[in-house]
Amino acid sequence: MNKSAKIAELRHALARYGLPPDRPAVPLGEPRADAVLGGGLRRGALHEVFAQGWGGGGFALLLALRLTAAGGGPLFWVRSDYAALEYGAAAPEGIAALMPSLDAGPPVVVRVAGGADALAAAADILACPHVGCLLLEMEGNPRLLDLTASRRLALAAEESGVGLILLREGAHQDPSAAHTRWLARAAPSRADDDDWGNPRFAVELVRHRLGGLGNFLMEWDPQTGLFVDPLRLRLPVGRLAPSVVSATSPSDALMRMRGRWA
Amino acid sequence: MLQQRRIMALWLPRLPTDRLIRKSGAPEAPLVVSGRANNALIIHALEARAEKLGLYRGQPLANAHAMVQPLNVVPADEKADAALLENIADWCDRFTPLVSLDAPDGLYLDITGAAHLFGGDQAMLKDVLAKLSAQGFAVRGAIAGTSWAARALARHQTNALARGGSGFIVPPGGEAEAVASLPITAFDCDAKILRALSHAGLKTVGQVAARQSSELAERLGIQFVRRLLVMLGQAEEPLAPRRPLPDLMAEQRFADPVTSREAIASTLLALAQSLGGLLERQGQGARMLGAAFFRADGKVDRIAVRAGAPVRDPTIMLRLLNQKLDALADPLDPGFGFDLVRLEALLAETTSPATVSFDANENARRQVRFLIDRLSARFGEHRVLRFVPQDTHIPEAAAVAVPAQDSDFDATWPRHQRPDDPPRRPCRLLEKPEEIHHVMADTPDAPPVRFRWRQCLHHVARAEGPERIVLEWWSKDGPTRDYFRVETREGQRFWLYRDGLYRRNGLGPRWYLQGIFA
Repeated sequence: MNKSAKIAELRHALARYGLPPDRPAVPLGEPRADAVLGGGLRRGALHEVFAQGWGGGGFALLLALRLTAAGGGPLFWVRSDYAALEYGAAAPEGIAALMPSLDAGPPVVVRVAGGADALAAAADILACPHVGCLLLEMEGNPRLLDLTASRRLALAAEESGVGLILLREGAHQDPSAAHTRWLARAAPSRADDDDWGNPRFAVELVRHRLGGLGNFLMEWDPQTGLFVDPLRLRLPVGRLAPSVVSATSPSDALMRMRGRWA
Repeated sequence: MLQQRRIMALWLPRLPTDRLIRKSGAPEAPLVVSGRANNALIIHALEARAEKLGLYRGQPLANAHAMVQPLNVVPADEKADAALLENIADWCDRFTPLVSLDAPDGLYLDITGAAHLFGGDQAMLKDVLAKLSAQGFAVRGAIAGTSWAARALARHQTNALARGGSGFIVPPGGEAEAVASLPITAFDCDAKILRALSHAGLKTVGQVAARQSSELAERLGIQFVRRLLVMLGQAEEPLAPRRPLPDLMAEQRFADPVTSREAIASTLLALAQSLGGLLERQGQGARMLGAAFFRADGKVDRIAVRAGAPVRDPTIMLRLLNQKLDALADPLDPGFGFDLVRLEALLAETTSPATVSFDANENARRQVRFLIDRLSARFGEHRVLRFVPQDTHIPEAAAVAVPAQDSDFDATWPRHQRPDDPPRRPCRLLEKPEEIHHVMADTPDAPPVRFRWRQCLHHVARAEGPERIVLEWWSKDGPTRDYFRVETREGQRFWLYRDGLYRRNGLGPRWYLQGIFA
């Protein structure tokens, strides 16, 4: 190896010094979705969630919590005054109940006056590699959230490795630089479930830079902080003995759920 | 040794008329400002021309009308005068950070240790008076060791020779001698005391000072003696500064006002470096930073930024300031240029000397805190929020949002529910519960079967409740709320409550939607 190549390598290593190491994929828990995503959701990339009705915002929040858990810093939630009025203000007690094991402290909510401020705040937050995740909430299809702006967001996230979820409320799909794009809406709980009420969503992965798409039904398990596939639970669990369930599906989440369903 | 204080007192005897003349030029007829005293109109202030014609302050207005025709009379506007005095005080900030109001028409400047910057007491007083006169104010001033001595001399020293045209300066320790010949009105105390003094045959401050202080205290009160001692320079009275005094500051004056952005930026950098050096020497960091830009024409622009943790690194201080400057609604306008820029550590805190930490966690936390500082500087501290749990059952009061800068970083949230339960509290709460309509329920106590909210009809597929939340007994007429967790056929999960008990007051209960579950 010649000298200049070595210097270049050292320089590269120095430039990366202090930054978090290369980002592995963060598994969502639902096995089919994880398989499609190639192991899970990547930090340091732009993921868009288009909310379809009231459930979509919850799905984006849960994705952000997943990424926050993998990131180590606090969750930043940037939203406009209008969004807080229209879709409800962040309620810390409820958010904590969604993932009791999360140890990142209460989220930091940045309330901005409008879209331009939201993008400016996002740029600042994405520049700090120690942020757990940024949940950026945008309303409608503002002109300033164009392809350039979304590419800028994606690049900033890539550079620092911060998780980035862009929640689009009341918006139609438009071109963007997103790594993945999800359409999310709430799904009803299981009909015969007494202990109903875990967040459950019907989501559609309509765009994915690196692979396949798909439709998924996902249920959030607050205890593990992971999504599970409720259909897989529904079919056998009611009738089969618990031991069989654990044999066919050894997932950790399922093991834990077993007691409740048997 | 304690430094001998030096106080400059300024008196603007014609502030109300000066204000009017500065605004709309001198009128044809002599100008007087009328005020009310004992239910009669009197002259509150008057310009020099009117005074030459024999009018005086406190003269009944009818009397003045009889003496001078025509006379231009304007009613007094004390609010405008007070605002103008504040502006003048702002302008005086360039000479010293400790400026105190002597309402309604005077100012004190504590120039201890500052006079040498302006070429000594004499030159400084001359400078201040000249600049104020150039702006159209009648002004008189004096410098002495205590506020009351300077004040009495500024207001009551009528001997033109002694004042030398440019104010009066008392050498340190010479207060008693300087005020001795002033009339007793210099005490500026109420008429009863003045009458008592003149009945006793005392006409000057010197004569009063010659009396036993115990005798004076018995007759006129201890307050009066205290004032006398201050006037004689034998006691000190602290000045009340108009704004909090900075703990540390660095400033840069310009002989030629600067206007260019680059010059201002480099000045700020240099100031941040010297302030950082000062902080370092004291082992302190700034929790609040202020920058003041003094425009040559008298306007003063101030900004202040807070930091979540003490800072002393010049580049960090500069970034915080720049963030604030960029976020200003009306950007910094140099106009004819700034002739003084000052950087202040308004609140300094002791920091541990080793601020470099090799603990990666600590560094990460510091960077996040700095990020929160920057966001707060940019958008305002009330827009960057964290939540603090409150000890109450009322859902909307269970958490208050506080500026993230103030919140403890390691705070954790108390968790009320069992970990394997589905969430019992929504993750989004409407800021104000919204009433839902067309509520259908099977039985009076049952949850709704369907309801209309924001023009959408929702069919409830399942519901859990009621969870009764009673407002605290000590808060008045607290209604009872029965909360239900409901899921619609589409799977949307809402948090509803019934306000009040069913049919207690002859009306049906009202239903509200308060939260949205994930």
